[in-house]
Amino acid sequence: MSQVAERHGTFVADFEAFRTAPAFGPEWLRTARSAAFGRFLEQGFPTTRDEEWKFTNVAPIAQLEWRRAESSSEAISPEIASELIDIGRIRVVLVNGRVSKAQSTLDALPEGVSISTKADAWENHPPHEGPSLQSRHPFVLLNTAFFEDGLFIHIEPKTVVTEPIHIVCIAEPGSGPTMVSPRVFVVVGEQAQVSFIESYEGPEGQPVLTNAVTEFLLGPGAVVDHVKVQREASTTFHMASTFVHLHRASTFTSQAITFGGRIARNDISATLAGEGAECTLNGLYVADGETLVDTHTQIDHAQPHCPSHEVYKGILTGKAKAVFNGKIIVRPDAQKTDAKQTNKALLLSGDATINTKPQLEIFADDVKCTHGATVGQLDPDQLYYLRARGIHRDDARNMLIHAFASDVLNGIKHESLRNELEAALVAKLHLPV
Amino acid sequence: MVLEIPMLQIKDLRVSAEAKDILKGLTLSVNAGEVHAIMGPNGSGKSTLARVLSGHPGYEASGGSVTYDGKDLLDMEPEERACEGVFMAFQYPVEIPGVNNQYFLKAAVNAVRKYKGQPELDAIEFIQMIKEKAKLLEMDQTMLNRAVNEGFSGGEKKRNEIFQMAVLEPKLAILDETDSGLDIDALRIVANGVNALRSPDRAIIVVTHYQRLLDYIVPDFVHVLSDGRIVRSGGKELALELEAKGYGWIDAAVGAQA
Repeated sequence: MSQVAERHGTFVADFEAFRTAPAFGPEWLRTARSAAFGRFLEQGFPTTRDEEWKFTNVAPIAQLEWRRAESSSEAISPEIASELIDIGRIRVVLVNGRVSKAQSTLDALPEGVSISTKADAWENHPPHEGPSLQSRHPFVLLNTAFFEDGLFIHIEPKTVVTEPIHIVCIAEPGSGPTMVSPRVFVVVGEQAQVSFIESYEGPEGQPVLTNAVTEFLLGPGAVVDHVKVQREASTTFHMASTFVHLHRASTFTSQAITFGGRIARNDISATLAGEGAECTLNGLYVADGETLVDTHTQIDHAQPHCPSHEVYKGILTGKAKAVFNGKIIVRPDAQKTDAKQTNKALLLSGDATINTKPQLEIFADDVKCTHGATVGQLDPDQLYYLRARGIHRDDARNMLIHAFASDVLNGIKHESLRNELEAALVAKLHLPV
Repeated sequence: MVLEIPMLQIKDLRVSAEAKDILKGLTLSVNAGEVHAIMGPNGSGKSTLARVLSGHPGYEASGGSVTYDGKDLLDMEPEERACEGVFMAFQYPVEIPGVNNQYFLKAAVNAVRKYKGQPELDAIEFIQMIKEKAKLLEMDQTMLNRAVNEGFSGGEKKRNEIFQMAVLEPKLAILDETDSGLDIDALRIVANGVNALRSPDRAIIVVTHYQRLLDYIVPDFVHVLSDGRIVRSGGKELALELEAKGYGWIDAAVGAQA
């Protein structure tokens, strides 16, 4: 018990200090933060005895004394600034969880798009009643307690936003272990259409815990395209929870590209809450060294006639580890559900490992649910075939790795972003160009 | 008369795979401009010969030598052999999902050109170059735009092999049972493609179980492979004799000699 108290000592001290900050927010948020923090202290960090964390040991996180990012500097490291994905004109930059007006370009927002950045702007009530505030996920609780600026993006009904909205979360290391808590709420009105790019970057340095929560609420008939790119430093722990709530006939399509860090855990929970809603969750993770990448997805089919598609691909080398847990729930009312899940892992070294588990909970009888998982090396016959036509072994390997990653990368509609991520993949795996 | 050095000289080649001796001392010389057919029953070592010549990693020579254009062929990586002008048409072409057929072929063409010190072709030059050849093998644009061999029928796969051969213009082509699984129309297309490539500076080795293909690709020499060795060699009439009498006749004749 004393060990737990000690371990959480810095959290308690920081939370007390945070209470007096304006960012602690209006009454409803103060209540929510206190409740979440109390719950977190009760639960503590998860252990491998917890089914949801069986293969992901967060002891390296629990051992460190994390502090809120102290500096309110908006400066970003030059190496990060030069590598920022440059796409479109609508860009919101969060530096250590705080919105940087200087780095963001928000002056030319199209009609129907509003972006507010301060939690205290919401006064009497949360920007929306999403599931994130009800979650008992330990890292979500921690985020609720500590997030600084809540970013609230609202797209008015029937608005078609042609340019992507780019949300950039930069974690700048401090003098000791630094916790960064970005929080993003997105509400997309009825029949509106918009695309988001959510990217996470950060330079090497002292350990950083990026503990992010992002939430999307889609009104009836809304269409959202989402790309998440995570490519933080090898000293970063990335814990991210994404909640998606889909109303009738809305469509959410997501490609999540994860390049690791020390531990990268993505929890994605989508609820198909209205008839005919459609959800696609695709992902590509690339890990080397001793990186651990964990993806937990949950697609909850609550209503009939909803298709969901899921393709996750992993490329692992060195001593990298990956976990994939894909849960699909089909509720009694969700007749005519069509759910398809695939997880494929390519192991490029003998020491890389993956634990993959589909988890189907089906309570309706007229449904189609398929799942498949494969784990393997590059196919020697394919390699030989390419080489037998004159293509050098390294280029042949490169070609096959690209082919493996292509179903996910090709889902990214922005060509320049796709090319950039392909280049990042090549660099990460030290492939010949 | 100038004594010609053969393009390909195989001497006493011994190959085993998975701890089993397959080729047990095979000797064969092939000159530029010639078409050789290698025939033989199942398990005689025909496909092993094709694979060891193209550099399949699962087949290693345990004895003998293979000299190609004066160089030790067995010492080269598969891609080096291809760049030096050796081409094998696969018996079972491999499907490669996610790799576009045309992109793959352009990569192959440019790899060979780079090896030879020639400038690489850009997209437009490449398309110009493959146009006529695609027509010859009746390859339409959809086949070029699909992933390599993915979802191709047996005939389409074999046409794709010969199409690649037509584009890469090898000096030595080895066709490994290219006729297997083909209907007569596909066989004609494939044979036309091969015949269009016959030239005085190119050699072709046709590995086949059946004589039928040799009606369309008429060989200069026919060799019969049995139990890892060439047991008979002759002209094209030998293929007809085999067709009429079956392989049992050869085995009996060899047995009687021994």
